Amino acid sequence: MSRKEEVLQDVVIKFAGDSGDGMQLTGSQFTNNTALLGIDLATFPDFPAEIRAPQGTLPGVSGYQLRFSSDRIFTPGDECDVLVAMNAAALKTNLKTLKKGGKIIANTDGFDTKNLRLANYPDGINPLEDGSLGNYEVIKMDVTKMTREALKDITMGTKEKDRAKNMFVLGFLYFMYNRDMESTLHFFKEKFGKKADILESNTRALQAGYNFGDTTETFTTTFRVEKAKMEPGVYRSIMGNQALAYGLIAASQKSGLPLFLGSYPITPASDVLHELSRHKAFGVKTFQAEDEIAAITSAIGASYGGLLGVTTTSGPGMALKAEAMGLAVMMEIPLLICDIQRGGPSTGLPTKTEQSDLLQAYYGRNGECPMPIVSASTPSDCFGAVYEAVRIAIQHMTPVIFLSDGYIANGAEPWRFPKSEDLPSIEIKFKTDLGHGEDKFQPYLRDEKLVRPWAIPGTAGLEHRIGGLEKQNITGNVSYDPDNHQLMVKIRQEKVEKIAEYIPEQKLDSGPATGKLLVLGWGSTYGAIKSAVAEMQEEGFEVSHAHLRHLRPFPRNLGDLLKSFDQVLIPEINNGQLIKIIRDQYFVDAKAYNKIMGVPITKTELVMKLKELLAPAS
Amino acid sequence: MSEAASIPILTPKDFATDQEVRWCPGCGDYSILAQVQKIMPGLGIARENIVIISGIGCSSRFPYYMNTYGMHSIHGRATAVASGLKAARPDLSVWIVTGDGDGLSIGGNHTIHLLRRNFDVNIMLFNNQIYGLTKGQYSPTSEEQKVTKSTPYGSIDHPFNPLALALGADATFVARTMDRDPKHLQESLVRSHQHKGSSFLEIYQNCNIFNDAAFEPFTEKATKPDNTLFLEQGKPLIFGAQRNKGIKLDGFKPVIVDLGDGAGADDLWIHDERDSNKAQLLVRMFDDPRIDGHLPRPFGVFYETDRPCYEEMMELQLQEVIQSKGAGNLDKLLRGHETWTIS
Repeated sequence: MSRKEEVLQDVVIKFAGDSGDGMQLTGSQFTNNTALLGIDLATFPDFPAEIRAPQGTLPGVSGYQLRFSSDRIFTPGDECDVLVAMNAAALKTNLKTLKKGGKIIANTDGFDTKNLRLANYPDGINPLEDGSLGNYEVIKMDVTKMTREALKDITMGTKEKDRAKNMFVLGFLYFMYNRDMESTLHFFKEKFGKKADILESNTRALQAGYNFGDTTETFTTTFRVEKAKMEPGVYRSIMGNQALAYGLIAASQKSGLPLFLGSYPITPASDVLHELSRHKAFGVKTFQAEDEIAAITSAIGASYGGLLGVTTTSGPGMALKAEAMGLAVMMEIPLLICDIQRGGPSTGLPTKTEQSDLLQAYYGRNGECPMPIVSASTPSDCFGAVYEAVRIAIQHMTPVIFLSDGYIANGAEPWRFPKSEDLPSIEIKFKTDLGHGEDKFQPYLRDEKLVRPWAIPGTAGLEHRIGGLEKQNITGNVSYDPDNHQLMVKIRQEKVEKIAEYIPEQKLDSGPATGKLLVLGWGSTYGAIKSAVAEMQEEGFEVSHAHLRHLRPFPRNLGDLLKSFDQVLIPEINNGQLIKIIRDQYFVDAKAYNKIMGVPITKTELVMKLKELLAPAS
Repeated sequence: MSEAASIPILTPKDFATDQEVRWCPGCGDYSILAQVQKIMPGLGIARENIVIISGIGCSSRFPYYMNTYGMHSIHGRATAVASGLKAARPDLSVWIVTGDGDGLSIGGNHTIHLLRRNFDVNIMLFNNQIYGLTKGQYSPTSEEQKVTKSTPYGSIDHPFNPLALALGADATFVARTMDRDPKHLQESLVRSHQHKGSSFLEIYQNCNIFNDAAFEPFTEKATKPDNTLFLEQGKPLIFGAQRNKGIKLDGFKPVIVDLGDGAGADDLWIHDERDSNKAQLLVRMFDDPRIDGHLPRPFGVFYETDRPCYEEMMELQLQEVIQSKGAGNLDKLLRGHETWTIS
């Protein structure tokens, strides 16, 4: 049968189904397959907080959005071209994100009376049958029936057989996009190697899906997306939390400080604990503590003992750690607190993304308690950003907060990974003995960076006591002296501000160095801002983009940079947090663009906002 | 850790700091500090390898007065800080100083989890049955009906039995001593140190300002013999000023027998620190000494058992992984399993 192949530039697929349908696995398999072809990509997993919300219902829908392109891309896309709907609820919740003319791949078995009722369609209404999807190309297939048929020779229960439904769909998509299935077959062998029947059912379902496309004459066109023109080099696919874990291991290896992670499971940070617990071969010690407080205080104990103490958490967990963070500030020891932000307040939206812990990171502790803050802007950037956070913690003897969020944590992208020899070195200077003319160890005697010496237990002659009570300058003895307290508060502040001398100046991501409008962002809004600004620039608008990695202290030239523009726009996935700090520190009348819906800002809406600022309606 | 031979001979004074001790005059903490400083030179550990970690409360000032490494951490968290330190540095001798409020109220969670994990650390729980530093509120070990600043009509809280709690958390060493018996206190500290695993030592400590004489029945010369029972391994449970009273088991119920009354020492309960069943009964000998016919309060080592320590198993697991997979290679990790090249 003759079939034509169409070359596409950019495709967005949304895999949507019940949270038990395995959509995350389906999406990530297609993602890996795409990555290995050198196609640029970005992903956005979107799943409910419940592990198994009631089957078939709207809250139970789990989605995975993948965008792939032969151009460089920086977001998972605002709208999708293809929607895979495993049931009626999946269609209902995701139809609004499908482009007009887009394809719907619908599993008809998921549109039976029961599923339609669970998805709140009126009695007797089936969107696949009533003509309401006339603006779309609907590809109907009874995935359940065909999967069961493909597995009829295998001895296993129907329920088990139905678990392979998602692989039938994946096989069909591999056909549709002209893919080799080897990467997934290899994955099956790795994952199910010891469970012969599950290996067999998944393999057969995958092949059946592919063959269904191949042998059915209705599918006359397949699609191809070419390799993207990316910087030459060797790439892999990476997710944010994985990159974060690797960054910590790299920093531990390069500094020579063994890594200790004290952590308590919390969405969306738990994957960092999972990842690090697998890497004992690097001497990584992971400790699943009894609560968030023990997680950070155990890390403080480890840092005090001379290890690289790290704790990972999300907003509610960081709130619980606040007092211990103050202890680390007072004791001036290296420590890393990684906050993978999620929607708040309280339990909030555990599986949805938000940038709403910035003010908590800045101010959320008792007393005058400054701590450096570093943030990551993309999944792969978690590696470099956390590496930098560790460098600051060690070289400036201070706890540091690292901010990521659920969107970056679970998103994947291609990564031109570095060679270990190219990573900057992180030097450690433990104090090992009394210096010339020192008759007594002075734990709070500082160097030119205002950094105190790090003397760890086991070092003879440097025995000393530290703690949370105010310290006398230089000696570190307990002091309630009024002048000393004022002095110490000022010193701790100045010590953090001084870090600005040891971090790079702020660069522009794109656009002229002065002009009409600067879009200033931080964290996971990077891709949306970059894409929106690029579109504006192509249309001839004068817009620049700067994206902050260092949030405290800010790069030393940031004030000058902000004042080089007529207007500054700060888009954030919160109710306006960075903007408060920027206005406070620089007296800049920045404008806000805030989205607080648990989802990323889209390029389209940002372009609209930029146009509104640059070309006000006359 | 340094070789024992290379450690200079130290005296208790070597363990004192230049900091003025600031507990109230007459506080039981002075005795505990003195006994700790007395036993330290005999342990054969170099000063730099000893770390004392405390939380918050009167007792938690302790590290400032010990010339070793020390951390005065935050309220309730000494046990959690010590867990991280011991996991990170198994070579150090880690001592935890906590109180009934610090270790059983705000930090109760960390205490039980440290015990079940069995880090090789020593917990000294100074129990004065009151909040001293905050000036006199009832604590989780205060007796019912106690009138304090926060319970003007008497406390309605049922108190913890600290040793039963520790045993319930599967502590591997459970002991009780008191500030007013320096010799017993010293022996108990040494036993705590010698135990490999978490040692839970409850120390009755008098707060002469906010809860004076709380332990008087157990500590005063006149009442101590009839109200206390000093446990000795392999010895029958005998007490009383004339050593004429003993404890025997009537089924699972400990009963007092008069030794002059025909009952021979042969019938008595023989103390066995390794008997986990009897330890359950022993920690429950917790009668209010004001009640007629009360059982005496035991002191000494109630229970000791051997269980692998967390930090050792953690190290072992790392070594096993390194042996089977080889030491980690950073470039291999970063590269992962699947890559593609753009030229």
